[in-house]
Amino acid sequence: MMNIFIYTVIILVLLGSVAAVILYYIAQNFKVYEDPHIDQVTETLPGANCGGCGFAGCRSLAEAIVKSEEATGLYCPVGGDNVMNKVAELLGRTAQTKTPAVAVVRCSGSPEFRPRTSVYDGASSCALIHSMYIGDTGCPYGCLGCGDCVVACHFDAIKMDPVTMLPVVDDALCTACGACVKACPRSIIELRNKAKKDRKIYVSCVNKDKGGIARKYCQVACIGCGKCLKVCEFEAITITDNLAFIDSKQCKLCRKCVEVCPTGAILELNFPPKKTGENMVIQKSISVPTT
Amino acid sequence: MPKTFLQGGVHPPECKLSKEKAIVTPLLPDRVLIPLSQHIGSPAIACVGVGDQVKTGQVIAKSSGFVSANIHASISGTVSKIGDFSDVTGYCKSALMIEREGDEWIEEIDHTETLIEDLNKSKTEIISKITHAGIVGLGGATFPSHVKLTIPPGKKCKMLLINGAECEPYLTCDHRLMLEKTEEILIGIRLLMIALEVSHAKIGIEENKADAISQFNRLIKKHPGISVVSMKTKYPQGGEKQLIKALTGQEVSPGEIPLDIGVIPFNIGTVYAIYEAVQKNKPLIERTVTLTGKKMGTPSNFRVRIGTILSDILEQAGGIPENTGKVILGGPMMGKAANSLNIPITKGCSGILFVEETESFRKPAEPCIRCAKCVSSCPMGLEPYLLGKLSEMGQFEKAAHEGITLCIECGSCSFICPANRPLLDWIRVGKNAVLKQARVSKK
Amino acid sequence: MEKLYTVSASPHIHSGISTPQIMRDVLLALLPALCISVWFFGFGALYVTAISVASCMFFEYFITRYILHKPLSLRDGSAAVTGLLLAFNVPTNLPEWIIITGALVSIGIAKMSFGGLGNNPFNPALVGRVFLLISFPVQMTTWPIPKGIFTPLIDAATGPTPLALVKENIKNGLPIQDIMANLPSLSDLLLGNRGGSMGEIAALALLAGFAYLLIRKVITWHIPVCILGTLGVFTGILWMSHPDLYPDPIFHLLSGGAILGAVFMATDYTTSPMSLKGKVAYGIGIGLITGLIRVYGAYPEGMSFAILIMNAFVPLINVYMKPARFGKEVKHG
Repeated sequence: MMNIFIYTVIILVLLGSVAAVILYYIAQNFKVYEDPHIDQVTETLPGANCGGCGFAGCRSLAEAIVKSEEATGLYCPVGGDNVMNKVAELLGRTAQTKTPAVAVVRCSGSPEFRPRTSVYDGASSCALIHSMYIGDTGCPYGCLGCGDCVVACHFDAIKMDPVTMLPVVDDALCTACGACVKACPRSIIELRNKAKKDRKIYVSCVNKDKGGIARKYCQVACIGCGKCLKVCEFEAITITDNLAFIDSKQCKLCRKCVEVCPTGAILELNFPPKKTGENMVIQKSISVPTT
Repeated sequence: MPKTFLQGGVHPPECKLSKEKAIVTPLLPDRVLIPLSQHIGSPAIACVGVGDQVKTGQVIAKSSGFVSANIHASISGTVSKIGDFSDVTGYCKSALMIEREGDEWIEEIDHTETLIEDLNKSKTEIISKITHAGIVGLGGATFPSHVKLTIPPGKKCKMLLINGAECEPYLTCDHRLMLEKTEEILIGIRLLMIALEVSHAKIGIEENKADAISQFNRLIKKHPGISVVSMKTKYPQGGEKQLIKALTGQEVSPGEIPLDIGVIPFNIGTVYAIYEAVQKNKPLIERTVTLTGKKMGTPSNFRVRIGTILSDILEQAGGIPENTGKVILGGPMMGKAANSLNIPITKGCSGILFVEETESFRKPAEPCIRCAKCVSSCPMGLEPYLLGKLSEMGQFEKAAHEGITLCIECGSCSFICPANRPLLDWIRVGKNAVLKQARVSKK
Repeated sequence: MEKLYTVSASPHIHSGISTPQIMRDVLLALLPALCISVWFFGFGALYVTAISVASCMFFEYFITRYILHKPLSLRDGSAAVTGLLLAFNVPTNLPEWIIITGALVSIGIAKMSFGGLGNNPFNPALVGRVFLLISFPVQMTTWPIPKGIFTPLIDAATGPTPLALVKENIKNGLPIQDIMANLPSLSDLLLGNRGGSMGEIAALALLAGFAYLLIRKVITWHIPVCILGTLGVFTGILWMSHPDLYPDPIFHLLSGGAILGAVFMATDYTTSPMSLKGKVAYGIGIGLITGLIRVYGAYPEGMSFAILIMNAFVPLINVYMKPARFGKEVKHG
């Protein structure tokens, strides 16, 4: 009985030592040198691996930042200036700064304003619908409502509104990583600079058809009439291909364009209610989630 | 022993409702809407303006490159509009509208029914006539025929294959053509054999069209070098690769074209169009279209002018059946569903299928039970369940590694799936993403 | 208002095959064997089946409804199939509470904890069976003697299975000829007049089910034929080398759960490989392991373990044994 015990102990100890020696040599011979900074930077980054920086994950970005001398264009949109400052501090460089941005869905074509022209039946994928046909409305530019952006979002910041069938961005959760922008086959989502109190004014339409055509299938389409262009004092608005665009860098949120827009394509969000007696603003269909 | 391709395939119910119905030439439409891009390749460029008088057969849009095709007026009258009109996808594409006045043809065209057998033509003459006539593959791929006939130096075509499989359920246009225009098709094949400098041609016809097979066998004796092959009825036998496999036993590998193994396939409808173009100088201004559906009063085969608007031809076919829930351009396995009847019939449209409301929705998708029916039905030897899953999860690189780009989108996997999973839908998503990525990285 | 047409990507038609239909076919294919069991073991067989099927369906319902909060999946019929197969794999004199425990293990642990139908790596009925076999070895190997349809529900008369007999007697050093003389005859093995698990006794009835499944195209021939073929070849080689030590291959194929396992358990969709090549490899693996366990292992019967072991290899088989692609392989990149 005692013999078995002793043999067991001896054999196991021998096996263990042999394995330890092998492990040690393998660890020594196949060691890959890595800049310790990479680990430190990776730890500083948010760790969501969202790909918003253009790299496969946080570690890839960290590698790129550590290896590159200047780090131009290497920016974590999720962490923002805060994280980038810390990274720069770690590496003894000066940080780049960017204004924080937020994703904005530029389509207001809820079923109320944009009637359905067919019934789609199939896999829930905007990319598929876009490649196959115009979608279940008459608008070749508007939201397809299958939520590719919702799937793409790593931060749970986009939800589909069951009534309007449009995606709604939660400003508090959005990190402006840009995953939804890439996912949207119709390039409806835009990253706009954040303003105070999450206020924003934007043209909620990407339709490039002529006004008459656009209006036929969607009541709240931008018809490219140019009224907003004339009223804007800050040269923030441009019109190309029958479509107005408000540059968030120039816009001072004066709200004049909102009043003159004949179709209600320009949306204002998170503003205090207007005093009475001013122009009626078309009832907005977008509900803003409160968090 | 009937031949067939070995791997995969399914047997959808045939539903060839209109196979007994002779091809009817309907009344001329009062207007036609002719899209400028009815083929693979660059769109043709309009060479007439609004208000111009055109005659039937006149070129109204010129080919804009090597891979492109001429487009001709299919009726005589005035060009009333040139602009963007929605096609079967709903997206607007440039098109030309002609309002009909009378029925005037340009002079060179012989539009009688008399059979002409003039094989005394040179290779270049045949190809130039085909080029001028704007002939494209009428099986649905709409690849310009003259491009196929122009064999690049260093390659040699050994055999011509004629696709009379018509494996899509419901469609009968090729079947009727084979029965009614047998002689013309044989002459067309002879012309193609001259153009390709080959001495052998094989016509592959599925067993379910036994009358067409015997018809060809009867008339074939006059035409040396042509043989008829009876094929087992199996979908997707009409697919290019599957047809070549069935007829020659050879496989066209990924990245290869049929010419790499020395064959060129042509569709029956295309061969007939080539006969008309070469012997009668008649450009591609009409094609056979099957109008069918289970609830359709009289499913029929029409000889329709290109550009005829769907709702116009419908009146002559007895109107749209009640409770139609889905309108499909093409067959039920690979056709495209239309969102309106206000669309023109183009060169690639082989049939219009009206599906009743009760059958126009898919059943809800259930969890995959891993029954492997999709794997055994895939004619390309892929694993649709895996490709679908990878695409759904956005793992396009892995999907590319699993061969997603080889998918021919025949739909056998979605057809067979007991859990009603939209396998092909997701595979398309992945395939498009992979191809897009490849295009981007090429640049 | 203008009529809205439905638009979807092709294909626009469906074969009409559905999961419930496939499960119904499997149940139908098992019916002949069930009838034979009732014939030989009496209505106790029916009672065990009813308890097993009902408890499997109840657990499936309970777990999807109250624990996972998923859409109900009873309609697909897979729980009923699991229940029936579990019943087929136990003796008919098993106490109710053991059957219910087995059902809970089958559905709760082997199936639902992995995400339900289509996600379980191991065959649920077999996991349940093996769990019972290991936990309640006495009850699970106390086989009733076939006495005909009027056998009372609780019958004290029990006897060993043919395979157990062979194993036991070989261990005791009896020559094989003497052992074989005491075993049920070939016709008894075919028709089911022998001791054993409820569903495994009648080879002919099970083969009839196999034929039905083949005709309905529910399964392909690859897995069952490869399993039985390999088992036959393996035991055949042993038998030819030492006919006095090993029973003949026909006996091996017809006794125990060989046919039940090969036709109904190993072909379970979720836990078998996807490609035909893979199915062949999987079948050969099961046949070989079964033979090894039967001849050299401690248990007289090896089918359940062999299938579960090969189940574990299925993901690997799926990765390395792909169907042959059309055309020559092209290099990537």
